[in-house]
Amino acid sequence: MGDEEILKFDAIVIGAGPSGMCAAYVMAKAGMDVAVIERGEYPGSKNLFGGILFTTILNKLIPNFWEKAPVERNVISRKFAYLTDDTQVALEFKTERYNKPPYNNTFTVLRSKFDRWFAEETESIFNENSFVFSGFTVVDVIKEGHKVVGVVTDKEGPMYADVVICAEGANSLIAEKAGLKKKPEPHDMVTGVKEVIALPSAVIEDRFGVSGNEGVAIEYFGKAVDGMVGGAFIYTNKESLSVGISCSIIDFTKKRVNPNDILDKFKEHPAIKNLLRGGETIEYAAHMIPEFGYDKLPQLVADGIMLVGDTAGFVNTSHYHEGSNLAMASGVMAGETAVVAKQKGDYSAETLSLYVDKLNDSFVMKDLKKFRKTAKFLHENPQVLNDYPTQMVDTLVEYFTISEKPKEEIRKDVIGGLIKDVRFIRMLWDMNKARKVML
Amino acid sequence: MKIEDALKELKKLSLEDKLFTVKYNLSKDSHIEINHEICPKCSTERVCLTICPAKVYEEEEGSDKVHISFENCLECGTCRIACTDNAIDWQCPQGGMGVCYRCG
Ligand SMILES: Cc1cc2nc3c(=O)[nH]c(=O)nc-3n(C[C@H](O)[C@H](O)[C@H](O)COP(=O)(O)OP(=O)(O)OC[C@H]3O[C@@H](n4cnc5c(N)ncnc54)[C@H](O)[C@@H]3O)c2cc1C
Ligand code: SF4
Ligand code: SF4
Repeated sequence: MGDEEILKFDAIVIGAGPSGMCAAYVMAKAGMDVAVIERGEYPGSKNLFGGILFTTILNKLIPNFWEKAPVERNVISRKFAYLTDDTQVALEFKTERYNKPPYNNTFTVLRSKFDRWFAEETESIFNENSFVFSGFTVVDVIKEGHKVVGVVTDKEGPMYADVVICAEGANSLIAEKAGLKKKPEPHDMVTGVKEVIALPSAVIEDRFGVSGNEGVAIEYFGKAVDGMVGGAFIYTNKESLSVGISCSIIDFTKKRVNPNDILDKFKEHPAIKNLLRGGETIEYAAHMIPEFGYDKLPQLVADGIMLVGDTAGFVNTSHYHEGSNLAMASGVMAGETAVVAKQKGDYSAETLSLYVDKLNDSFVMKDLKKFRKTAKFLHENPQVLNDYPTQMVDTLVEYFTISEKPKEEIRKDVIGGLIKDVRFIRMLWDMNKARKVML
Repeated sequence: MKIEDALKELKKLSLEDKLFTVKYNLSKDSHIEINHEICPKCSTERVCLTICPAKVYEEEEGSDKVHISFENCLECGTCRIACTDNAIDWQCPQGGMGVCYRCG
């Protein structure tokens, strides 16, 4: 790369996360010249998530990818639990049916390992004019009039392309600089902190009731995060657990609490600490999740540029922070659109709007639309994550506490009490609303 | 692992200990700048001091200025969003620098 040589590609992808690599993969398959620019020392070195990769899209790109990808465990058990200070109410769903290919497309992974593998896999199908530039930070886009024609990097200076796919993730500085997005507000974003806690695989399998490569995914709500809008999680890896919490930035702000303190408190909950015994924290990490949802989506295309993945806000806020599969799907659709644009020789916003049409026809927009009210509902009805679990637990404790009272009398007292309780009626009413926006 | 070890409670780590588990490629230059003229009129009661998961922001001793230990930054981006007064200019560290997760 001499100084005078102009670096020009068919497409530049900013960021080697799942959305960016999927876009690159699709374009590389169609023979395009692609540059992926990643600011980390290697792809994945800046990335983390809770732990479950949903792989319907990946499995189409690279069939049976799990045979070669560094996946940790295939999830056969999902558990959802409400915690109060001293009690846990949980629902577990576990099935052998998820224990054979394609393993319900649900695998735990560690992102630094997985993203690196995915980038290498993509490089293996690159033509000789395509590259992953690791250790390069994109600092701005280059525009000619309204059209984006390239990017400025901190090491090589300008690089040009017919189309730029912005896959920079949740902290979307470049999309903002390009004028497609405003800086998000504190109630639009969630921050997660996580520890990876090493444990021998035999201990994990014994403690979580699985064997071989089987894995478990647990989500916790309520007092797990001090009743804030958010949750906590434990996912089993091969020889470690991913343990973390994630909550809305506005809640951290209002409560004036530090995310790390919430995580420490969660780890000490009586229902949790026994799961972590004997472990050793081998990494601490933090990252944001966009939760602005369907009603606040940014402008997704402009002349010469498309936004994908977390940059665009494609995270489903329902019961998981489901983002990896939406990121991958949007990356594929942006990649396909770039291929069409190249055939036409036209990279205008009009041609690129095919990307938006594809999104609208897919589960990405349909799910975002369906869950558009979830975050807002939870912010406006804090009792759903706060008071109700406590009330529910109090009722259960009353029902299950062993005494000399005849069972029939206990049943009558508890149920009679509930029917008379105005708060309980209100709770049913709210829970029904919650069900509608969340399930 | 011996049974006794498997039953030991998870060791409590301070935030400093936790940050020791993180690999960083240290940069000489800070990627975070703060506008000290805005801070005295902070509208969030200095949320930067409480919200950062790596406690990068601290009150300077003997002064009400905010000090930045940018070397500890985990690059989550939260401070930029939480400071609604736009006093924080956060840019990505230079390519290859900053946090480098081995698990993630
Ligand atoms: C705590 C937490 C838990 C989560 N749990 C789950 C889960 O269990 N399951 C799930 O499906 N999803 C989960 N998510 C969401 C999921 O992580 C994201 O939706 C997904 O990673 C988005 O992929 P992406 O490619 O859009 O962005 P990212 O994965 O963030 O990738 C962006 C890439 O761009 C690079 N980059 C950024 N700026 C620049 C620049 N200027 N120049 C060069 N490179 C740049 C970054 O280094 C990074 O490699 C979770 C997220 C968090 C934070
Ligand atoms: S950086 Fe922002 S939050 Fe912190 S003191 Fe200054 S204005 Fe307030
Ligand atoms: S980006 Fe995150 S870790 Fe870095 S200073 Fe801001 S809040 Fe702290």
